Amino acid sequence: MNSSKSSTVATPLAQSRVAERVRTGYRTKTRTALAAHGQPYVWLAGGMLALSLAMILGLLTLILVRGTGTFWPAPVIQVEMVDGRIHMGEITRHSSYVPREELLLALPAQAMGAARALLAAQDGVSERFLIRTGNFELTQEHFNWVSDFAINSTSYPQWALLFERQEWGRFYGMPEAFLIDGERVATTPAEVWGKLNEHHRDVRRRWQERRALETHEIGKINYALEQARLQVRGAELAVEAAEGRDGKGSPAQQKALLHLGAAQAGLAQLSVEADAEYGRLRGEINRINQENARFEILVTTADGRERALPLAQIVRAYTPNQLSLGEKFGIYFDRWLEFLRDDPREANSEGGVFPAIFGTVVMTLIMSICVVPFGVLAALYLREYAKAGPMISTVRIAVNNLAGVPSIVFGVFGLGFFCYLMGGTIDQLFYSAKLPSPTFGTGGILWASLTLALLTLPVVIVATEESLAAVPSSMREGSYACGASKWQTIRRIVLPRAMPGIMTGMILAMARGAGEVAPLMLVGAVKLAPELPVDGYAPFVHLERSFMHLGFHIFDLGFQSQNSEAAVPMVFSTTLLLVAIIALLNIGAILLRNRLRRKFMTSQF
Amino acid sequence: MQLNQTQVTTNGSPELLKKRSMDGRLKAIAAGEWFEPAVHPDLKQQDVVLEITGFNLWYGAAQALFDISMTIPKGKVTALIGPSGCGKSTLLRSVNRLNDLVDSVRISGDMKLNQDSIYARGVDVIELRKRMGMVAQKSNPFPMSIYENVIYPLRIDGVRDKAMLDEVCEKSLRGAALWDEVKDRLQQSALGLSGGQQQRLCVARAIAAEPEMLLMDEPCSALDPIATSKIEDLIDQLRGEYTILIVTHNMQQAARVSDNTAFMYLGQLVEYSPTRTLFQKPQLTETEDYISGRFG
Ligand SMILES: Nc1ncnc2c1ncn2[C@@H]1O[C@H](COP(=O)(O)OP(=O)(O)OP(=O)(O)O)[C@@H](O)[C@H]1O
Ligand SMILES: [Mg+2]
Repeated sequence: MNSSKSSTVATPLAQSRVAERVRTGYRTKTRTALAAHGQPYVWLAGGMLALSLAMILGLLTLILVRGTGTFWPAPVIQVEMVDGRIHMGEITRHSSYVPREELLLALPAQAMGAARALLAAQDGVSERFLIRTGNFELTQEHFNWVSDFAINSTSYPQWALLFERQEWGRFYGMPEAFLIDGERVATTPAEVWGKLNEHHRDVRRRWQERRALETHEIGKINYALEQARLQVRGAELAVEAAEGRDGKGSPAQQKALLHLGAAQAGLAQLSVEADAEYGRLRGEINRINQENARFEILVTTADGRERALPLAQIVRAYTPNQLSLGEKFGIYFDRWLEFLRDDPREANSEGGVFPAIFGTVVMTLIMSICVVPFGVLAALYLREYAKAGPMISTVRIAVNNLAGVPSIVFGVFGLGFFCYLMGGTIDQLFYSAKLPSPTFGTGGILWASLTLALLTLPVVIVATEESLAAVPSSMREGSYACGASKWQTIRRIVLPRAMPGIMTGMILAMARGAGEVAPLMLVGAVKLAPELPVDGYAPFVHLERSFMHLGFHIFDLGFQSQNSEAAVPMVFSTTLLLVAIIALLNIGAILLRNRLRRKFMTSQF
Repeated sequence: MQLNQTQVTTNGSPELLKKRSMDGRLKAIAAGEWFEPAVHPDLKQQDVVLEITGFNLWYGAAQALFDISMTIPKGKVTALIGPSGCGKSTLLRSVNRLNDLVDSVRISGDMKLNQDSIYARGVDVIELRKRMGMVAQKSNPFPMSIYENVIYPLRIDGVRDKAMLDEVCEKSLRGAALWDEVKDRLQQSALGLSGGQQQRLCVARAIAAEPEMLLMDEPCSALDPIATSKIEDLIDQLRGEYTILIVTHNMQQAARVSDNTAFMYLGQLVEYSPTRTLFQKPQLTETEDYISGRFG
């Protein structure tokens, strides 16, 4: 009763309100609400974008600044300490710290007062400098920290020389004399410097010659010998096999024995020839060594020790405190060239990274060549041929999830499946003579590429599927209406049209694959592999070889290096290089894609 | 009762029918009734290219074509008209079995192209489609050069002879009134052509393999009046040489280009007559109403 009454009361009220709304119009506000404009969300979205941009730019700037700075020639400073020690070298970095009391107490008594006064003036904070002092064979140290309160005086000696050497790292010193056959032919710094420049180029050229002899010529002989040895071993295995099959004295065994004899004779013959050749090469190398040994430069270190440096060991020498800007740039670019073209020296912390560049590029290319056909075919089947259903959905989900598997798992899989199983089988079948040392049965560039191909497969499949789905059905129908079969339609219409999308997938896969390191450590990337996977010995492409990779090189330099202070700048340079290479590969692929897109997709209405 | 009567009188006296209420038959069709179509007697004594007999088609459970029987005469242009969704495209696509691509499609009845059954068991669909050319509503040039587009039917047939391909290309492009516009850019992408040129390119492609029949599904619906008139001129030129079955929404176009016209409604063939007759003196009032726009 009550409720009905109240409702009768409420109804006219509500009606009048509605009438009012209708009369005045529904719009009561004169301004759109902020939330309706969506302004806050625009700000949020923009802010997020700005944040990610800032992070990316920050990282790139850091890499760029540190990476490009590595090779700039710094001046050489000479620091006399209050305790009488003298350091000479390049300042690599500096920091502030509060020195402990013991450090002050360790100072000589007469210097203590000045040191305390200095510290007091700086609120107890000291500035310390890391000086790259080099001369490792004399001091057992590459770097030294010096604190400002312990410095007596500093200077930039005009004739300070910096030597980058084949071994032992850098050497800093003052020129004392230039020696030819042990005789001092020059003694004033300017003359010594002149003589050095006069002879250095020739000596280094001879040194390169010698190295070519050692690696190429002797390598060739060794290679031939190794082949002959493998033939003997193969023949032996054949004899054993024949014996096991047909018994001793059987015709097959006899024949195999004959082969073995021939192979052994061949090997003996080759050994004799090789010995002669070895002798000749040794003589040649000795001659060059003797010639080079005549030239030395006598250098005094800052602490007064003398040392004769053979010219052949000097990669680069310059006078850091007398360089004009042009000369500095000269040295800078020369070092970049060395970095890009040469093999690494000194446990990778000096010299170049050419093998790593080569390995990275070759691996990425092989990976792309493998993954694209694989992924495209898989996507073709999924999208074009398979009947849609729970089965296909499951496969699709599985493929997508594959992209989330930690890459190291792929590394383990690659090691087990590719290296041990497939590689092991290949060795058994084709390289049995070399066993037990593996040929394909261990990490190598082929297996690394295949592992990464597996890793990046989902990217290609997903991208390809999407681009296949985007091909307009009118095009397919047009093709069918012309009497094309399904395969002809796919090959001539669908695939070309989908090609830009497929290329996008390949670009993503390349970017992902080229930057991957963890799985590579298991399947073939190594610290040092001067033998490139492609070279001048038949069969020219050695896909079984282990290789160097820039990503792994970064890890190795940064965390495994003995001389980590010297290696850290190289980490940045190498990172810069890796980023640049990935960018270059991508730009190449993008240009290719744009060409395809122009060809297949332009349309105007 | 009334409806049954209609059915009986259909073939007898058109005059009687005309007196019937405005769209009585169409309402009846909408209610699920089936009528014998009114086919003009002239159409029964012609050279036949395509013969459709008792053709039904279902998309899943929904029937889209109801017992269609008609013949398409050789060398003539036959227009299919009717309101949207009445099954014109479906019928057209049934002729070259493009509907096979739709999983849910089921059919009964048969068609014969020059006496060869289209739907018999064991027919090679691919070979069958090569005997027909098709022009779609929206032009669909392939992502390749103009040249390759035109000779596509020959390419997939494995023709390699360059001289022959060149000749076919030129002949087809001339046939499609496109040669003069594109002869200097044959190797450029077909996607760079204008919409009207693209559509004529599709015509050139459709006639490249000298098909026995041309199927056109609203070939001008996306074109401006000038391009439309070019295509219409083209159809006019092709008349006699090719048998053309064309779907159109444009009554004037049907009247201009076609020799015979079939009016369809909700999956049924309603009237099929020479165009002149159909437009000037249709057998059924319903047809007249539709043509004059009184029915929509
Ligand atoms: N692939 C399909 N699946 C299910 N139903 C379909 C399919 N294609 C067409 N239909 C239905 O079949 C009927 C006929 O369609 P059709 O495309 O043949 O009409 P139409 O006469 O060509 O129309 P319009 O003039 O608009 O092109 C319509 O009801 C449509 O909804
Ligand atoms: Mg249609």
